[in-house]
Amino acid sequence: MSLLKTETAAIQSDTDVVLVRQKVRAWAIELGFGLVDQTKIVTAASELARNVLIYGEGGTVRLEALNDGMRKGLRLTFEDHGPGISDLELAMKDGYSTGTGLGLGLSGAKRLSNEFNLRSAPGEGTQVMITRWK
Amino acid sequence: MERIPILKMGEFLLVTIQVDMHDRLAMALQEDLTDRIVSAHARGVLIDISSLDVVDSFIGRMLGHIAAMSRILDAETVVVGMRPAVAITLVELGLALPGIRTALNVEKGMDLLRRAQEQDFWEPGDSRHVPAQD
Repeated sequence: MSLLKTETAAIQSDTDVVLVRQKVRAWAIELGFGLVDQTKIVTAASELARNVLIYGEGGTVRLEALNDGMRKGLRLTFEDHGPGISDLELAMKDGYSTGTGLGLGLSGAKRLSNEFNLRSAPGEGTQVMITRWK
Repeated sequence: MERIPILKMGEFLLVTIQVDMHDRLAMALQEDLTDRIVSAHARGVLIDISSLDVVDSFIGRMLGHIAAMSRILDAETVVVGMRPAVAITLVELGLALPGIRTALNVEKGMDLLRRAQEQDFWEPGDSRHVPAQD
């Protein structure tokens, strides 16, 4: 698998969440994603970027444009050094939230992606990696 | 801070969201709209989202709040112009926007609001919850 390009962006405010959406959209277009695929990955990115901001006290997203020989893909890795998640299974449940949201961020982002990987532990922050293939 | 304009058309309010809203802007719109419903004695609110290429759970929740609050203030809300890719993504995200009336475009949305007014004239109270007659 080859890495076509990569970039890291900060998520420290709600205007950064908007910038992440726009950046992900631009990359998805560049990779030739159709409109529905673009919308799905941008929406997933918006949910995860907001999680980083609200629950992780800010962090980063790394964008990677991939080519596995057969197809192109966009991988996004969201990382924060916030309090982390103690019960991963519960956090993935639809409708569960420790905040005031709808509890659809993690589970929704998973449904909108082809690959989803969540790593977190109390006190160690959270890392969520999603990939959408064209 | 930047604000989303709210236009008054007769007894209805018209909001056209044309920018990629950050979360504080969405919250401000929610507050501005409820204030305007009261000050303008509005009977209906039409929200045009045809320019939005992403509706995530935060925006979805805001639309739900606006619909619920305007209903309490005796006004109907209709959301119009949702793009097909946004609709597909919202459902997959897990957000079917319960309690929100939608229409394909501004014209159909206005028709819906006008019809709701006529019904209210003949059937006082919430026309959608008129008890069945035996």
